[in-house]
Amino acid sequence: MHVDPLEKKWLYVVGGIVAFTIAVQVYYAAAKGIHPPSNVQTIDSAKLHLSKEFAENNLGVHKNTDGSLDVTMVAARYGFYPQEIEVPIDTPVRLRIASLDVLHGLLVPYSNLNLMVVPGYISEANTTFTKLGEFPMICNEYCGIGHDYMYARVRVVPKNN
Amino acid sequence: MSITAEEAGRLSQTQSTTASALRLGNRLGMSNLWFAFVALLLGLPMGLYQVAERSGYFPWLESSHVYFASTSTHGVLMAYVLTTFFMMGYGYHSMAHSLKIKTWSPLFSWAGFYLAVFGTALAAVMLLTGKASVMYTFYPPEMADPLFYIGAVLLVVGSWFWCIDMIAGMTQWKKQNPGKPVPLVMFGTTINALLWMWTSAGVAIEALFQLIPVSLGLKETLDPGMARTLFSWTLHAIVYVWLIPAYIAMYTLVPKLAGGKLFSDEFARIAFVMLFIFSVPIGFHHLYMDPQQAAGWKLLHMLGTFMVAVPTFLTGFTVLASLEIASRLRGGKGIFGWMLGLDWKEPMVVAGMLAMFMLTFGGFGGLINASYSLNAMIHNTQWVTGHFHLIFGGTTVIMYLAVAYWIWPKITGRQLHSKAMAVWQLWLWFIGMLVLTLPWHYIGLLWYPRRVSSTPYEHVGVVAQWGIYELMMVVGGIILVVSGVMFIYNLIRTHTNKIAEPDMTVSYAEAIHPPLKVPNILNSLSFWNWAMAAYMLISYGYPLLQFFFIGTHGAVPFGI
Ligand code: HEM
Ligand SMILES: [Cu+2]
Ligand SMILES: [Cu+2]
Repeated sequence: MHVDPLEKKWLYVVGGIVAFTIAVQVYYAAAKGIHPPSNVQTIDSAKLHLSKEFAENNLGVHKNTDGSLDVTMVAARYGFYPQEIEVPIDTPVRLRIASLDVLHGLLVPYSNLNLMVVPGYISEANTTFTKLGEFPMICNEYCGIGHDYMYARVRVVPKNN
Repeated sequence: MSITAEEAGRLSQTQSTTASALRLGNRLGMSNLWFAFVALLLGLPMGLYQVAERSGYFPWLESSHVYFASTSTHGVLMAYVLTTFFMMGYGYHSMAHSLKIKTWSPLFSWAGFYLAVFGTALAAVMLLTGKASVMYTFYPPEMADPLFYIGAVLLVVGSWFWCIDMIAGMTQWKKQNPGKPVPLVMFGTTINALLWMWTSAGVAIEALFQLIPVSLGLKETLDPGMARTLFSWTLHAIVYVWLIPAYIAMYTLVPKLAGGKLFSDEFARIAFVMLFIFSVPIGFHHLYMDPQQAAGWKLLHMLGTFMVAVPTFLTGFTVLASLEIASRLRGGKGIFGWMLGLDWKEPMVVAGMLAMFMLTFGGFGGLINASYSLNAMIHNTQWVTGHFHLIFGGTTVIMYLAVAYWIWPKITGRQLHSKAMAVWQLWLWFIGMLVLTLPWHYIGLLWYPRRVSSTPYEHVGVVAQWGIYELMMVVGGIILVVSGVMFIYNLIRTHTNKIAEPDMTVSYAEAIHPPLKVPNILNSLSFWNWAMAAYMLISYGYPLLQFFFIGTHGAVPFGI
C-alpha cells in the first residue's frame, strides 16, 4: 500500500472535518436536547373524529397552566384545521398534528417549524415564534392536484393581548 | 523463433473471441446509452416548462394537472431512466474493453435491456396520461395506476440482469487471472452493480408488498410510515449509484485524457469500497422530520451520513492531484496557475474540472442537508431541489456527457463531429446549472416549498421575494435546454461523420504506482457484501421490525 505524504495530511484534514461536524451535532443533541420531531405515536387516521384529541371541537390553541401553549391541528386535503391560529410571541408552543388522508408537510416561514405529517402517526414539534405578523403555514409535501392551495394562517401577536 | 500451426490457431481464436466480446460490449453499450440520452433530451424541456409554469410570469402556461404530470415524468426520466441506462451502457462497454470477455450469455444481457425498455414504456404511458402524477418518490397512500408501479419494477428487474452480468464477469476474470488486481474501471463498475442490488431492494420490497397489491385492490390498506422507511433505504444510496459512474470516469478517463497519470489506484479502490458500505444504511437523513422513527435511530444514521462524505473528499483530492500532474507535465506552473495549463480543448478535462467545481459547492450544501439539526431549515424547500440539480444534474450528468464524447468515436469508428462544439456545450451546461441552481438554493432559504405548481399564498411579504429569482431560473433552464440539444446534435452527426476515428484503442489511466498486487480486501467484494448485511441489520432491522408491534393502523389508498 502506497500513501503519499500529502495524501496523509489530507486524510487528517478530512478526518478532522468529519469528527468536528459530528461532534457539534451530537453535543447539541445530547446537551441541549435538540432533536428533530420523532415521537413515534400511532393513530387511526380514518377515525380521527372519534379520537378525543383530534375531534373537531378540540382542535386549536389550548393554554397550559405554566403559560405555554398546546396547538392541536388536523391536516387534510387541502387545508390545515383550524385554518387560522393566533399565538403570542415568545411563548413556548407544542404543536400536535395528524393527517386525515395522505402525506402532508408543514412549514412556517420565519420559524423553525418544519415537519412531515404521515397518515397513521401523530407528529409533534416544539417551537417559539419570535416575529410578529401573519405568516402562511404551508404544506410542503405533495398531497395531490390541489397541493398548492393547502395553507393556513398563523398570527403571531404581542404577548398580553 | 517460429510458432507451430497449433499455437497460431489458438492465438487467432483468442483474437476472434476478444473481437466478438468487444463487439458485444459496443452494441450493448450503444443501445443503452442512446436510450439514456433520449430520456435526458425529453426530460430537459419539461424542467424548463416547470420553472416557467410556476414562476407566475406566464399565466397561459398554468395548469396544476399538467405541472404534476410533467414533474413526475421529468423526475422518473432523469432519476431512473437516464441513470439506469447510462450505468448499464457504460458498464457493458467497460467490461468488454477492460476484461476482454463476453457477458456469460448475450441473450440474457439483451433480455435485461429489453425488459427495462418495456418497463420504461409502460410507466411512461401512465405518466403522460396523468395516471401516475405521484412523483418519482411514489409516497403512498396516494396511488397511481398499478401499471406505473409494474413498469417501474420491470425497469429495476431489467437492470438486475446487468448487475448479474457485471458480477459474473468480474468473478470469471478473477478465476482466469488469479492474484492479479481487477482493473480499476471494472472494480468500480462491479461495486456499483452490487450496490445497486442492495439499494434497489428497499423500493422493490415496497412495490411488491405495498404499492402493487394495494393499487390492484388485493390489499385494502398499507402503512405509509413503513413505506417511507423502505423508500429511504433506496433514496440515499441511489444517488451514489448515479454518482459512481461519474467517479469511475474521473479516476480512469480524466487523468488519461489530460495527458497524465492517476495519482493513486489504491485510494480509488478505498473510495469505492467506502461509497459502497456507507451509502445504504444511512437513509434516515431523508426521514429527519418524520414521526415514525425515533431520534436515536436518526442520530445513528447521521453518523454514517457524514462518513460517506469521506470518499468524496478522497476523490476530490485524487482527481485534482492527477490533473495537476498532467498540467505540470505540459508545463503548467504555480499553486493555482497549473489550472490554466490544462488541455482546455479536451471535453473530458473541461468536464472533470467543472464537475469538481460544482461538487465543491454542492458538497457544502449536502453537509447542511445531512445535519440532524440544520435540516429543519431546508427540509422540503426548494433548497433541496436546487441542491440535487447542482450535484446530480451538474456534477454527475456533466461527466455522463463527457463519457459520451469519448465513447461515441470508439464505438462508431467515426471521429466526433465537433470537439469545439462539445467544449462549448459543456461550458454552457455548467453556466446554465449555476444560473439555475444558485437562485434555487436561495428561494429555498426563503421558504419556497418543494413540489408546488403555483404559490397562491396571500402573504405578499413572503411570496414577493421569490419572483425575480424564479425569472433567473427560467434563464438557466433555457441555457440548459440549448446545451442539451447541442449535445444530442453532436452525437447524431458523429454517426454520419465521413472522417474515421484515428485512435480506436480503448485504454484507461495508468496509476503512478501501478498496483502489481492489491490486498485481497480491495480486490474482492464478498467481505464487503457481508459487512453491508451486518450494517443494514443494525440500522434498518429494528426500525422496520417495529411496525409489526407498535400498533400501526393501515391507511386506505387515495387517488390523485
Ligand atoms: C433545463 C434544466 C432543468 C430544469 C429547469 C429543471 C427543473 C425542475 C423543476 C422545476 C423541478 C421540480 C422541483 C420541485 O418543486 O420539487 C424538477 C425536479 C426534478 N429534476 Fe429537474 N430540471 C432540469 C434538469 C434536470 C436534470 C439535468 C436532472 C438530472 C439529471 C433533473 C432531475 C430532476 C429530478 C430528479 C427532479 C425531482 C422531481 C420531484 O421532485 O419529484 N432535472 N426539475
Ligand atoms: Cu400538500
Ligand atoms: Cu440522501
